[in-house]
Amino acid sequence: HGGCRRGGRGSGGHGSLDKSITLPPDEIFRNLENAKRFAIDIGGSLTKLAYYSTVQHKVARVRSFDHSGKDIENEPLYEISVQEEITARLHFIKFENNYIETCLDFIKDHLVNTETQVIKATGGGAYKFKDLIEKKLGLKVDKEDVMTCLIKGCNFLLRNIPHEVFAYQKDSDTEFRFQTNHPNIFPYLLVNIGSGVSIVKVESEDKFEWIGGSSIGGGTFWGLGALLTKTKKFDELLQLASKGQHTNVDMLVKDVYGGACQTLGLSGNLIASSFGKSTTADKEFSKEDMAKSLLHMISNDIGQLACLYAKLHNLDKIYFGGFFIRGHPVTMRTITFSINFFSKGEVQALFLRHEGYLGAIGAFLKGAEQDNPNQYSWGENYAGSSGLMSTSPDVYPMQRTRSGTFDMFEMDRLERPLVNLPLLKDPSTYIPDTVDLTDDAMARKYWLTCFEEALDGVAKRAAASQPDSVDAPERAEKFRQKYWNKLQTLRQQPFAYGTLTVRSLLDTREHCLNEFNFPDPYSKVKQKENGIALKCFQSVIESLDSLGWEERQFALVKGLLAGNVFDWGAKAVSDVLECEPQFGFEEAKSKLQGIGGRSVVLVRSGYCINKREGPPHKCALIFADNSGIDIILGVFPFVRELLSRGTEVILACNSGPALNDVTYSESLIVAERIAAMDPVIHSSLHMEFLICVYYCLKSATRSKVQRMIHFNYDKKYRKQFLIIFNSIRISFLS
Amino acid sequence: MPAFIQMGSEKHFSSLHTTLCATGGGAYKFEQDFLTMGDLQLRKLDELDCLIKGVLYIDSVGFNGHSECYYFEHPTDTERCQKLPFNLENPYPLLLVNIGSGVSILAVYSKENYRWVTGTSLGGGTFFGLCCLLTGCSTFEEAMEMASHGDSTKVDKLVRDIYGGDYERFGLPGWAVASSFGNMMSKEKRESVSKEDLAKATLITITNNIGSIARMCALNENINRVVFVGNFLRINTISMRLLAYALDYWSKGQLKALFLEHEVKFHFTFLLSKLSFPVFLSLCHSCAHL
Repeated sequence: HGGCRRGGRGSGGHGSLDKSITLPPDEIFRNLENAKRFAIDIGGSLTKLAYYSTVQHKVARVRSFDHSGKDIENEPLYEISVQEEITARLHFIKFENNYIETCLDFIKDHLVNTETQVIKATGGGAYKFKDLIEKKLGLKVDKEDVMTCLIKGCNFLLRNIPHEVFAYQKDSDTEFRFQTNHPNIFPYLLVNIGSGVSIVKVESEDKFEWIGGSSIGGGTFWGLGALLTKTKKFDELLQLASKGQHTNVDMLVKDVYGGACQTLGLSGNLIASSFGKSTTADKEFSKEDMAKSLLHMISNDIGQLACLYAKLHNLDKIYFGGFFIRGHPVTMRTITFSINFFSKGEVQALFLRHEGYLGAIGAFLKGAEQDNPNQYSWGENYAGSSGLMSTSPDVYPMQRTRSGTFDMFEMDRLERPLVNLPLLKDPSTYIPDTVDLTDDAMARKYWLTCFEEALDGVAKRAAASQPDSVDAPERAEKFRQKYWNKLQTLRQQPFAYGTLTVRSLLDTREHCLNEFNFPDPYSKVKQKENGIALKCFQSVIESLDSLGWEERQFALVKGLLAGNVFDWGAKAVSDVLECEPQFGFEEAKSKLQGIGGRSVVLVRSGYCINKREGPPHKCALIFADNSGIDIILGVFPFVRELLSRGTEVILACNSGPALNDVTYSESLIVAERIAAMDPVIHSSLHMEFLICVYYCLKSATRSKVQRMIHFNYDKKYRKQFLIIFNSIRISFLS
Repeated sequence: MPAFIQMGSEKHFSSLHTTLCATGGGAYKFEQDFLTMGDLQLRKLDELDCLIKGVLYIDSVGFNGHSECYYFEHPTDTERCQKLPFNLENPYPLLLVNIGSGVSILAVYSKENYRWVTGTSLGGGTFFGLCCLLTGCSTFEEAMEMASHGDSTKVDKLVRDIYGGDYERFGLPGWAVASSFGNMMSKEKRESVSKEDLAKATLITITNNIGSIARMCALNENINRVVFVGNFLRINTISMRLLAYALDYWSKGQLKALFLEHEVKFHFTFLLSKLSFPVFLSLCHSCAHL
């Protein structure tokens, strides 16, 4: 293998890695000291390394105090403890084969774990580099079939990562159309474009078949491109191609027919013969034009062949994997066009965000079978993942260099497996986000700016939340830098992590905070607010109970809305709470009259009129939002009213911290405390008419809820479910 | 082309009062030129129509008693390779692959019933164009000569280069090409191959690709006989034999590759039969065949 760099063994490889790599190696191969279970996928030109590591980080936990004999008045509501917990993380790193030796040296120097004895390997290069790997890492290479790995990897991604799959549409505002993951992913056709092309039909988790291939693939583009344009690097070739005019090199149908193309029913602009134009002595083809023509030639050919196979096997979905695509717009456009053309629009060309990692993921899964990773749900870690890189020239320079040398992808294991909410009629079409920031450029600019402006404050709050920690300010600064970089990436490439939404921006921020051990910067603030609000609970209930039925309904709804105003986006709120919380609540309610009066009336009329006469709802599912006044003085009185009517209530809260949202664990404690004060809540909790659950991402319910809903769920009574999404937070975030 | 029209004008072709039948893409492209420069009115005939009728006509007549249509027995064995006649009496259904600058694939179900199935832009024009750029040759004959002396395995990455032998899981033999021009990703290898090797690799790549697409079309259309015609196969035994082998190998003997003795002229011999004093022209985009 040519061009291999020699890495010095003792130096840890740091100084000997190419200057063009802008990240130090320990930020690429992260957490090696806790790494185990390695897998490697070596293709014709690129290597993908996978490993599993256990990450120790801080998690904020809440716990009820034992009250016996203590001073109840002055002690905080619950105990917040910051504990070290271990979560599982999968790391995937991609780099050119040139760097294999250096990277292996680096890994060996930092590998501490002595249990690992085997490394799973796949890809053609696994054979070629077997001895090198065994020698350098001291691990035995266990080869796995490449096709099996590709499919396992693909299935894993399709099942776990939302917005993994997208279609590419050139002429619309959003080029990247991310698809919602369909619960049933089979059957599909996988076309993997590496050096060559492999075509696989996948019918189920274990049933798949290689049905054909082509020798005209990424290697052809690279090889012919290098010969014709003297360009050595693949990414540079793509860049040339993006600037070229293929019509200077290709012969089009209109060049053959001079305009009258009706005989074949073909458009004049179609390519009749690639590289078919002849050169004259004085006119040479430009590099850009040749590269473009080559790209078209190869993309069209692959698309055509893929369609022929799809047609033969009656499939209408083709997933394209392999590094030839690389999220490069021209390639995706040509392949999409080609598929549309050759299938007359019947077959859909789909791409995967983590296209190049399929083999590595699959090889890893094969090795981890005894841990059974498939029984868990995994989520993308935005802090540690490079995101979809475009190679267009105007990309943020740092990213472009990185994408040519190292690219990273990390997945964290979620605490519990995710399931879709059983009430969803069609999970595959449900989109929880109301605003699509990849689509809406104006909204995107607005929100990115919002998050940029709020960043300093968040970093400060993070540092302040751990006053006893010496390195908190340093970590906070690192967090600030990291999240800032993410925001800049998203400005250039909004599609980097799938559909961009406010939710994903928040999730990214949480991942970055977690990265630097700030699991819940708002925990103390929430605790204080919860404490204050609880003290007001009983008087709020008393005043509500003294109202007439209709008035009370109105007041409850107003309370719901007013409580939601208390979002930590509004700075003035904290000041008000300090002096007189109940007064603040009343003030908010009265302010509501002016701003949201009309909407309150509408809600009230819809809600009240229906319920006055008819039977009560069978079950209410409430998605809570903020802690403190919102949940205690807004939501809980409302819940109490529903319960007293005989409606069962499911209270769903965030599984993990996000801003000042109430978390599931906090909700349990709050419910307990309220139960101690209020008999309705107390008996409901006890009889399980009121249950608290957590949700994550779109929706997840524990089996208890599933049972309850299934038990009660009957098409006849469908109207009797009341679902409340308590969140106007989004519109008030500043 | 302009020179030809000029010549026609000088020789007063128009005074012959003969109908000039023309087919091919150039019939449209150069129609106006013929009229203005040579005062010649072209009678345009549909190219595909001519192509098909030409193929079927030729074989029914025969060529000096021998069948016009043939296939290869042992195509890759230089010593044992034989051209054997093939009886096209019951030709339907038939897949016709016309390899000119580009490739057209037609499915023929009967004399009147045929349709254009698909085409590919990786054709003879691509082979020639790439060859010129890679080797500096200037004629098709030169390109073919170079190719016949080259070794494409130096340029292409084979299955055995990646897997060290056959890849049994996929049923891929070690000699199969995994990535065309795949070895050219490496600078050292780029500097070590000859022009002849590059020419051969270009030929193999284009030929194999056409074979692949033809095979898939045949499967989709449920046709098991594929006739390859076109300028690209003129003086190009290498491609013909490769197509024969590839089709046979990858279809496990289900498909048969067929060829015609006279590659190009059948286009218009059909026209010949129709008119009493025909002057026939097959005009492609750049040249005329008379």
